[in-house]
This record gives sequence, C-alpha cells and structure tokens, in this order.
Amino acid sequence: MTVRLPTGGTVIDRSKPITFSFNGKKLRGYKGDTVASALLANNQQLVGRSFKYHRPRGIFASGPEEPNGLFTLGKGGKLEPNQVGSTTELTDGLEIQSQNHWPSLETDFGSVANVASRLLPAGFYYKTFMAPKQAWKHLFEPAIRQSAGLGKPPMDNDSDHYEHFYTHVDLLVVGGGIAGLLAARMLAPTGLKILLLEQTPYFGGRLIQDHDEFGGSSSGEWLTTTLEELSTHKNVTLRNRTSVAGVYDHGFVIADEKLPDPSDNSGYLKRRLWKIRTKRIVLATGAIERPLCFVGNDIPGVRLASGIRDFLQNYGVSPGDRTAVLTNNDDAYKTAIALTEIGLSVPLIMDTRMEIRGTLPTKARKMGIRVEPARGIGEVLGKKTVTGLEMCSQVGEGTSLEIIGCEAIAVSGGWSPTVHLWSHCNGKLKWDDSRTMFVPDWQKPPVDSQGKQNIFPIGSADGYLQLHDIPVQVETTVKFLAQEFEKPLTNLELPEAERITEEKCHGTWLVPFGMKPANRAKTWVDFQNDVKVSDIDLALLEGFESIEHSKRYTTLGMATDQGKTSNVNGIALVSHNLGVPMNKVGTTTFRPPYSPIPLGTIAGTAKQELFKPTRKTPIDAWHEANNAHWEPVSDWRRPYCYLLEGETVENAVNREALRVRTTVGMLDATTLGKILVKGRDAAKFLDMMYTNNMGTLKPGRCRYGLMCDENGFLMDDGVVARLDETTFLCHTTTGGADHIHGWMEDWLQCEWWDWRVFTANITDQYVQIGIAGPQAREVLEKLGEMGLSEEELPFMSWKKGRLAGFEVQVYRISFSGELSYEISIKASEGLELWKRIYEAGKEFSIEPYGTEALHVLRAEKGFIMIGDETDGTVIPQDLGLDWAISKKKDDFLGKRGQYRSFLTDPDRWRLVGLDVLDREEPLPHGVYAQSEDQCDFGHPRMEGRVTSTYYSPMLKRPIAMGLVERGPERMGEVLKFNSGGKMIKAKIVNHMFYDPDKEVQ
Amino acid sequence: MLKLLCPYCGVEADETELVSGGEAHLKREGPESSDEEFEEYLFLRDNPKGIIFERWRHAMGCGKWFHVARCTETMEVFGTYPAQTYKPPTKVLQEIKARRH
Amino acid sequence: MKKYSLLSLVRQSLNYHTGWERAWKSPEPKENYDVVIVGAGGHGLATAYYLGKNHGIKNVAILEKGWLGGGNTGRNTTIIRSNYLQDASAAIYEKSRSLYEILSQDLNYNIMFSPRGVMMLAQTHHEARGYQRINSANIIQGIKTEYITPERVKELCKIINIDCPRYPILGALWQPRGGTARHDAVAWGYARACSEMGMHIIQKCEVTGISQQNNGSLDIQTSRGSIRCNKLGMVVAGHSGVLAAQAGFRLPIESVALQALVSEPVKPCLDVVVMANTVHGYISQSDKGEMVIGGGADQYNNYSQRGSFIHIENTVRALVEMFPIISRLKMLRQWGGIVDMTGDRSPIISKTPVQNIFINCGWGTGGFKSIPGSGWAMAELMAKGEPGVLAEPFSLERFKEGRFIDESVAAGVAH
Repeated sequence: MTVRLPTGGTVIDRSKPITFSFNGKKLRGYKGDTVASALLANNQQLVGRSFKYHRPRGIFASGPEEPNGLFTLGKGGKLEPNQVGSTTELTDGLEIQSQNHWPSLETDFGSVANVASRLLPAGFYYKTFMAPKQAWKHLFEPAIRQSAGLGKPPMDNDSDHYEHFYTHVDLLVVGGGIAGLLAARMLAPTGLKILLLEQTPYFGGRLIQDHDEFGGSSSGEWLTTTLEELSTHKNVTLRNRTSVAGVYDHGFVIADEKLPDPSDNSGYLKRRLWKIRTKRIVLATGAIERPLCFVGNDIPGVRLASGIRDFLQNYGVSPGDRTAVLTNNDDAYKTAIALTEIGLSVPLIMDTRMEIRGTLPTKARKMGIRVEPARGIGEVLGKKTVTGLEMCSQVGEGTSLEIIGCEAIAVSGGWSPTVHLWSHCNGKLKWDDSRTMFVPDWQKPPVDSQGKQNIFPIGSADGYLQLHDIPVQVETTVKFLAQEFEKPLTNLELPEAERITEEKCHGTWLVPFGMKPANRAKTWVDFQNDVKVSDIDLALLEGFESIEHSKRYTTLGMATDQGKTSNVNGIALVSHNLGVPMNKVGTTTFRPPYSPIPLGTIAGTAKQELFKPTRKTPIDAWHEANNAHWEPVSDWRRPYCYLLEGETVENAVNREALRVRTTVGMLDATTLGKILVKGRDAAKFLDMMYTNNMGTLKPGRCRYGLMCDENGFLMDDGVVARLDETTFLCHTTTGGADHIHGWMEDWLQCEWWDWRVFTANITDQYVQIGIAGPQAREVLEKLGEMGLSEEELPFMSWKKGRLAGFEVQVYRISFSGELSYEISIKASEGLELWKRIYEAGKEFSIEPYGTEALHVLRAEKGFIMIGDETDGTVIPQDLGLDWAISKKKDDFLGKRGQYRSFLTDPDRWRLVGLDVLDREEPLPHGVYAQSEDQCDFGHPRMEGRVTSTYYSPMLKRPIAMGLVERGPERMGEVLKFNSGGKMIKAKIVNHMFYDPDKEVQ
Repeated sequence: MLKLLCPYCGVEADETELVSGGEAHLKREGPESSDEEFEEYLFLRDNPKGIIFERWRHAMGCGKWFHVARCTETMEVFGTYPAQTYKPPTKVLQEIKARRH
Repeated sequence: MKKYSLLSLVRQSLNYHTGWERAWKSPEPKENYDVVIVGAGGHGLATAYYLGKNHGIKNVAILEKGWLGGGNTGRNTTIIRSNYLQDASAAIYEKSRSLYEILSQDLNYNIMFSPRGVMMLAQTHHEARGYQRINSANIIQGIKTEYITPERVKELCKIINIDCPRYPILGALWQPRGGTARHDAVAWGYARACSEMGMHIIQKCEVTGISQQNNGSLDIQTSRGSIRCNKLGMVVAGHSGVLAAQAGFRLPIESVALQALVSEPVKPCLDVVVMANTVHGYISQSDKGEMVIGGGADQYNNYSQRGSFIHIENTVRALVEMFPIISRLKMLRQWGGIVDMTGDRSPIISKTPVQNIFINCGWGTGGFKSIPGSGWAMAELMAKGEPGVLAEPFSLERFKEGRFIDESVAAGVAH
C-alpha cells in the first residue's frame, strides 16, 4: 500500500487538509500536494490505462517526465483532459478522473488488446486491414479511432482566461535548482537584467532532500539566504510555476506560467504565456532519471527511484512497506537510504554492476541494506500492483534466483541531462560514454544572430551530477558571461560541498542482458505508447534503422511525455541491436514545447471580439443604430445593406439601389484607400505606377487610373485627383490601401530613390461620404456655402469648399453612373456632416446604401470591381480598358509583363455582358461556360465564366458580366453555363447595361 | 523569431514589425528587355542555403525598406544596411568574411 | 517478397515476429543506372515506382541524403484533396487522389487513406464566391465537390462555432472524397515496392556534384562515390535550388519554412478535415487522436526546418476561435518543413536547361496530397523524354511566357 506517513513532507502543509475526488470517490490530501502525490497517499496505485493495449498504469515519476499519470480534471467549462498528475497542484474540491478505459478503470474492455498484443506489434496496421478496400474507412479505422486517444475532449467552451506577457532581459536562467540559483546569485551584483524561471512551485531543486550541507551551513539555510539575497537585487526576477517551453531564433523564448489556484487568489487568469527576448540563456534544467527495461517494468508500483524519493521526502508518502531497488548507478542508493532512515524496509538493492564501491553504496551496506552486485530483475510479480519480483543474474537470460516480496520497486537506469532547450535551435548533442548520457556538445552550440553561442548549460543539465562539481562549473560559465557583458565580478565565493566518490553509471539497458524473445515482448520502453523491446527489434529487423524511422515505426517517444524517460533507452537498444555506437545512432530532434502548453494559452486574449479587432469608420455607430447588416471587408466592417423592419436582405438591396437611381442615396466610402503623393517628381512617379498618363492631369481634375503589378496583372484601381502641381491624392480599393502604399514606398525607396516624392497613407484621417442620385446636387446645395453646379464643378473635377459649416473637399466622381459627389472631411467631423446630409436629404427621401447596392449599381453600369472582374490573372486589356493604358509612355509597371506571349494571346478571355435566357433569376455566382469540345484532360472545355451577377431592380431583370474566350468578338452568341450539372443559357451582350451613353452622371 | 536592426530608425525590430521582400539587389528589367532577362528579373532566384542578401521593410515602424545579410541555415545576421545601394557595403562583406573564413 | 496480410501477421506472431523480411534493402550503389532519382521522399519514390510499374524501367537508383521519407513527406499535415480551380491543377491532384484511393492495395501496404471529407470554409462573401467558382469548375472537371450551407457545416463538424463574431461561417466547399493518409506509410510503402522491383534505395548518400559527359550521360558525385546514369530526376523539394545550382541552372523558387503542430491525443471529436483560409488555419484529428494543425508559411527564405513562433500563435488563435473546445487541448509538438515556393505557387514537372536532367519541385504547401499523381507524371516525362498531358502545363517555360497556373485567384483581393 502507498500511504501518507505520520510525519514528513517538506512541501505539504498538514494544517491545511483538502478534499478532492477521484472517479467520484471522495479523498483527502493536503495543500502542497500534487494530484499524483495525493492519489498515492490514498493508495490509488492504478491511475489509468495505456494507449494501445490498455494495460494498467500507475504513477511512475514525480515531474513532467511522467508518462502514465494523466488525468481529466474539473468539469464543464473547466474540464481539462490529459493533465499530468505529478506537475498539477491539488486544489480544494478538485474532481479527478482517470482516462482511456471503458466501462471503468478497474474493468477495461479495451484491455482485450493486451490479450491480443502478440498479434498487434509495432506497425501491425501497415500490414493488414487492406481488404476489402472500403473496410478501412468504415470498419477498421473507426474502431482504431475509438480505442485511441486518451482523455475525452471538453464539450463546453473554456471558461478560463489567458494572457501574454512580454519582457526583454540580458539573461534568462532556466531552472531554480542549485545551479540556477547559484548562477543568479553570482551574477546578480553585475546589474544585468536577470530572469530566473522555475517550473515547480519551489526553488532549490533536490538540494534539501539530497544534501544536508551546502556552502558551509545547512542546505536549508543556504537556500533561504540565497533567495533572500536575490530578492534584494532589483535587476533579478524569480518566477516559479513557469515552465520554459521553447527557444526560437535570436533569443526568443516562450514560457508557460501556471497561476496559483484562483481560490487562493483574486486573479482569474489561468495561465500566462511569457514571450521573452534574452541575450543569453543559462540552462540549469537539471536531469531526468531513466528507467531500465525488464519484464513487467510497467506494473503499477514500479517507479523511478528519484520519484519514490520525492514522494517520500516532499509529500511524506510511503511507496509501500517493502521497496526493492534496481539500479546501474550510485544515485538510487539515496532512495534506499532515505527509505531506511524513515523506517521503511528495503529488502534488496540489485545493482547490475559487478563492483560497487562508492560512498553511497558503502553507507547503504553499513545501514544493513542487502546489496547484490551483478543482479537484475527476471520478472516483476503482480498484475495491477507489484507483489514481488524474481531476481536474476544480469548477464544471464533471466532464470529466477530468488523471489523477493515487495510492494514497490525503485528503478534507476542513470540520468539524462534535460537538454531539450539546447536543441530547439539546433544545438547538437554528443554521447558521453564515461557519464553514460547525451550531453550538450559545446563545439556545436545554438547561436544568436551574431553567430555566438547563446545557451550555456550548467550543473546536471551539462552532465555534472555531483554537488561538489557544480560550484566550479557554474563559476566558469558565470565568468565567461560577465566578460561577454563586460561586467566586473566581485569576489566569488564558491559554496563548499561534501565530496563523495561515485562509481560510474553502467550502460545497462536491458535487464537481464540475454533476455529471451518472449520476454522482450513483455518489457516496456515507452510506457504510454506501449512500445516494447520487441517492437524495436521488429523495426530494425524490417530495416527501419535510422532512429527517425524506428521512432516513427514504433511510435517510441511520441506520446505526451515526448519520450522524456524512453528516448535514450530506445536509442541504446537500437545501438546494441545494430552494433553501432550511440553517437552514430544519434538522437531524434527535440521540438518545442518542452512540456505541452494549452492552445488557449497560446491564443491568449485574442478571442471573440478581440480575435481580430475590427476597423470601424467614424460613422460606424450610426450604421449600427440604423440596423446595418454587416459585411467584413478586409479588416473593416461595412454595411452590406440597412434593413428596415421585416425586410429581407434582398429587398433592402433592391430598395437602396433604386433609391439612388430615382432620388438620392448616401454611402460611407471612408474605407477607400487615400494616399497622398507629393513632391517635385510626383507626376513622373505616378506615370510609372499607373498604366495611364497622370502627368497630363490638370490641378483640380480627377482621372480614373489602373495599377498593374510587374507581371502586367491588374491589381488596383481608383480615382486620382491632382491637388496642385506637385500633389496628388490617389484613391485605392478598401483592401488595397496598405498594400498600395507599401508598393509605392517599395519603388520609391528601392528603385527610384533619387526621385523627390513623398507618400502618406491618409485613409484614417478623412471620412468620405458618397452622395449619388438625380437629386444629389439639391441635397448638397441645401447645406450651402459652395457652388456645385455643372459649370462650377464639372464631372471628374474636385474643389475645396464649405458644407454645413465644415471644410470639405468635394469630388465629382461616380461609381454608380448617377450624378454623384464624394465629400472628404476631417475624420473627427465626418459623423456630424453625415447626419447633416441625412437631415437635409430627408425631403428627397434620402437613404443610406450599403456595399451590395453599390455593387448592383456599378454592375448595371458595367464598371469592373477589383476582386470580382479581376483575380490576379487578368490584365486591363481583358476588361476592355485599353483606353486607360497609355501608348505614349516608354515604361510603367506591368508594361513589359504584358508583352509576353500568353498575355498577348488573341484567345484570352475578355469582358462581356451576359443576358440570361429562359429564366428570371440571375446566373449563379462563379459558374463556367462549357463548350461542346473536350480539353486535353478529357472533360468539356471551359470557355468563360461569370464574374459578377445581380438582379437589376432598375432594369427589372438579371444582369451579369463575365470573362469569355474572345468575348467581344462573339456578341450575340449563346453560351451554356454549367450550374451543378444543369445548363443555363446566356447570350453575350455589351456589359454596359444601364445608361450606356453616360447621360446622367 | 528574427530580430533585425533597422538602419534608419535604429530600432531592433521584432519580426512581427517587419515584412520580408525576398532577395535584394535585383535589377529591374523594363520594356526593352528580352523574355529571358525579364524572367530572370521576376522569377529566377539564387535561393541560397547559406548567406542571402534580402529585403525587409520596417512596416510597423518607420516604414523604411532595408537590406539584410543573413544565413538561411543558422539565421545569423551579418549586417543591415539601407536599401539605396546596388551592392552590399564593404563592412558587411568584411563581417561575412570574418565569420565564414 | 512476402505479402502482408492478416494471415501473415498471425503466422509471424507465433514466433514473436522474428521472421519478417526487411521492408526495403540497403544495397551498395552500383556504378551505373538507367535512371537516378535524387531524393527518396514521397515524390522521388513515387516517380521510381511508376517508372517501374508503368514504363518497365527498373534499373533505377534513388539517392537520399538522409533517411527516406525524412523531408516534407514525414512532416506535413497529411491532407489529401483535389478541389482545385485550374484545369491543370485539378487534373494532377485528382489523378493523385484517385491513386491514393487504391494505393494500399496497389502497394500491399496500408497507407490508411481515409476519405473523411475536406471542407474549406467561406468566411467572407468574397471567399464564398471564390468557392462557388471552384465548385463550378470542379463540376465540369468531373471532381465531386459541393458548396454547402453553414448548417451542413455544423452537421458534419459538431465542434465548430459557425457564429464566430468576426468571421461567421457563410458556407463551405466540401469534397467528400478528400481526406488524410498516414504520411510515413506512403514513403515506406513506395520504398518497399521499389525495392521489390529491384531498384536501389541508397540512404545517407549526398549528391555533391553533377557533370555531363559528351554522350549526354550524367556523372553524379556523391558522398558514397561516383554514380553514372542516362537520366537524372531531381526530386528534392526544399533543396531543389541547391541541387539545380550544382547542375548549373537557376529556378523560379524560394524556400521557406512551413510549420505545423499536433495536440495531445483525445478521443474522437472531429471526423472531417477543416480548412479556413481567411484566418489561415487548418485542422484534422488523426487516428491516434491528435489534432493536426497547420497554418500559413513563414515569409522569409529559410533552410532551418524551424520557423517563427508568431505563425504558430496566429494559427492557434484562429482555430481556438473557430473550435472553442480545443482551447483546453495542449500543443504537444511543433515543427517546420522547408517548402519550395514557385513564382505562381504551382509546381514544376519539367525538362531542364540540361539535357537528360528532369526536375519535379515547387509543390509548396501541396506536396503530400500530390505524391502519387506527381510520381505518375514525372515517370512519364522521364521515360518518354517529353511531358504527358498531366505534366505539360507545369513546365519551367511557363514563367517566360507568363502562362501561370495561379490557384490563389479564387481567394484573391478583397474589394
């Protein structure tokens, strides 16, 4: 039984009991417990089922390396699947559920897979389920999907909140253990801005648990003094509960902070994503213990030696009365000693090494613990919990030498430095045979933007596991960094530590060495993904020899723990099997994040209204109050139409369009891009930007212009007004404003940098109001103060003046074909003018109109719309806009591109009008015309498509425009448009449907 | 997440402030060019695995275009310089040489 | 080679699976081959496979710098669809998709093609019209797609929020026979079949130089010695520019990083593939239960197989907005691949300026879905020396002529 001991537990507060539930059962823990420690304290050894075979799984480790103990926590909007028990703090009332079983944890139907496991080795699915063809989709895959997955996904929206936090520092210290604190303490007086992040709620790592003394006093005292000292330095920030997740180029780092339980705290934030820019990173991330591979090593009760020690010392949880130890190194003896000191029994330490002489083994022997050299475990006894083990010779095949009764097995296969962050930006690792671990290769480090090493591993992260080695090693790094930052170091005092001799960790991977094939199928390497030794054997047998292949074939290290306990063992098994040295096998690539981070944390505050802030014009509130039906247009929202009570969208659009044609309508055109181009060479510049001639435009006049990219394709259009000799105002499409401004700047700065031209994107500075309709002039004249007659302001001209007391610029331009003015006014005054125009227009039944009526009106006139008639492959010539392409100019952007053979092909699709025959409704959007003959690909050849299609309320019939192969040459021909297999006939006509002679504008 | 020094405003700009513009020092070909020259200008790229001279715009900052010498494998930066030049400045070339002897 | 089947699995289980054969052999390179393919990714292996199967050319070596399937084949989001607009793209992607349908049986290797359906969401009127346009083209092209309503979207995908305040879902382009496949299995299945035909797959063999003899044959210098061949196919995706430089020509290509991520596995809750182009994100749930998520490409040239966090952030926030329940799922792993982007974002399957050298590259973000079709077309080009109907539009010449195959048109410029 795992139970809470009567005393002990450095991080739990026995005065603060907490109740929680596991699978509905009420249990008790203490403040400071993790989910894992609390469950163990309640003798909950079986905590879940494995991924593939649904084998019983128990808590295996005490940190983020835990492969088994994953739980679903909370419910409703707080439900979180796949939470790692050993890194999640217990909170009052927490509801914990185990995962991946049906109907219950104890009786799991899915465990039939375990019985059939012999039939289901690595990659079995690649070799079968192929016949009949339909069966995969309908039979096998659904079955596999159902049995896979771990926790159930939440069904309710996340009710918690997240935020992002940005910071810039000189130095990021990752890890608040001995090495990290020591480095921070040594560097603090330099004044460098230092941030130290620790993933657990506590600082000090295993200092207090594993060492009595440090720095000439008790280790507890050293820790307290250090933390106190650091708190006096304003340039040093310490943060706990914050796990560094990823290192990116140029010193960008992300970290995931878990905020303390809201019940203890007024904050409502669940987690915070740190975005850090740092010049240097000190990696003090420690090391993770490895398990060993033996038969039954996954049975609940088998745990990492360090985990057993942590649960014992930090949480006061006993692993059981009798704990056997299996190790290949000296470190696990600490666990045996700690258990014995507390009064629990360690019946046996099996050490796979021949000779054992280190300080700790000697101490253990002196305490009377039985130590057996060259021994291993032949088989673990027990099903859902450990009941005992069979000891065997390590060098043999596993014959039982003796049966030992025990409730727990502490296992240690040595330690692996936590080097993930070193590797994220391409730091390389090398195998160190003397230390039996992959260590950072300082010859191939990750580098910053200057090509200099920017991550510095210290302490056990660099493979220095002995306390007495750490101060010297930290000092070396600290000195180097101080020198790099050109900061003097005050005299460094190196803390003293007891020197203990330790025997080399032996490269034992398989226990026993000569394990038989049948047993290799009962020996686990990756506990969560159920990868067995035999699976690796199989992968290699079949030629999956690259470590990346064997990983992918077996799924080794691909579970939620990302192989923190299994990768190195897997690599070693490959190395042994192939007879290739570890260095040659290599490692798979570590990728961010180190520990999984919730997607909600990454999204941060950017959800719902804040997902992508909407650009709104100054008149937006008026639109809203007048029942606008909105449409997103690039980053803006614009009224699509305004709905009267009980009105359909379609009716509203027709009403608005008719209003413009019959009396007068008003449009919020503020979103149109407005770019000011000014300077001695402005005219010359615009002659390059536009296909037509802007240099000849007279001040006071306006001209419609086209812009092409260098390929010759039409990319934007708009009216250019010449304000004075050296100043132009270029109107762009709504979506094009920023792009066109950037485009202009690109040419000015990078190609014609000797031309004197300046540009400014003034889109936001002005409100633009369109007034269109036969009575537009009358409305504006009511506002008085400026002459707007045909003589005073002819078509395609502009002038300054005053309307309703406001300074305005009025452009006599038209996108509807009606008499039309566009009024430009300071943004701050725009809403007021809008209201005044609306008031003045009431006697003419003025109505606002939205984007869709705008489209109907322009289509009736046969005007093109960028994005409808154009799609990035259309040249102005295709649209009959040859008149807007200057023949006189030597050069403009796009001119050369338009010479190419495909763009001068006489068969290009060109713009025409389309009259739908035999039906009342408009042609559907985007339909293609198909010809009688076939194309190369064996389907009917397409010879045209609809680009704009509307019902015209004015003409009381559908109208459409389209691009048709040699269209203008085929007037009167009837095309067949394929609409979902049904053919709709339409006749090719002129695309100017309304007022083709331009009499009304 | 690159961070580049804008040579105009002196800001060490985060990648999120910048817009990339591809290879630098391309020669524009106008109406007189052949099909081959025009294709070269618009499409053919060295696309080096190694050191690239490229265009960036400090779009969310001062708005200026500038050039960067960068390694496409390691993301090392050898220097940034104004866009008004036909070739990389000597200082940048020297820095490349110093680090990639 | 022994056939894979349930029976063979049962038989092998009796001796603890110690009797399986190697999936592919690892021979020493010969001095001479009829055809050498550089690049043992999906496209290279598929090219070799169809050279043997369709054209009887089996004296073939496939050279791989690292491990086979280790490039983009093994690091993509496994989406398969053919709902493309332009005839040329639609033809090759549909060929590819239809080959995927039978690939498991063809290769005797379960590549787990799962036609679970792909939907591309319309979130602006402009996008809706773009997808209606593609749907119209697909109908004529013989590709089964439909434009569906928001209600149908919700029916097919229960966890989607169709009323996102910023970009509500207006409809979707739905291809019911699109889906996913197991990416590694595609490379392994082709490799096994190529090896079975006697072709040589040579891994850890880096090409360091290419030179041409007077008789037109090619000498390839590699890290494992010199190899001669009559015809050479370059099929190395992100590294095409580097290889082309060795043969002395340039390409209209820039290599950038495309990133993806997976969540921890959860029980099934998303049975279709969903793509949202307005907000740049796509998502599907793998058979293992992981959410497989991808987004937009990084913008700058990059050969590092890692990208910038901002793209991960943008993609994740878009998908959390559309699928609120995934907020609680955790990012398990993110990675990048090097994708080769051409001037018009469509691929190149073409002869090159050097006689007897052929190139297949530029698949950009569409590489995985096109593997079988691309291999089929490339094999035809290499066998005959001239492109067939599938490859013809994808020639290098098109950039000179301005004859682009532009698929971005349907989602072009907002008005």
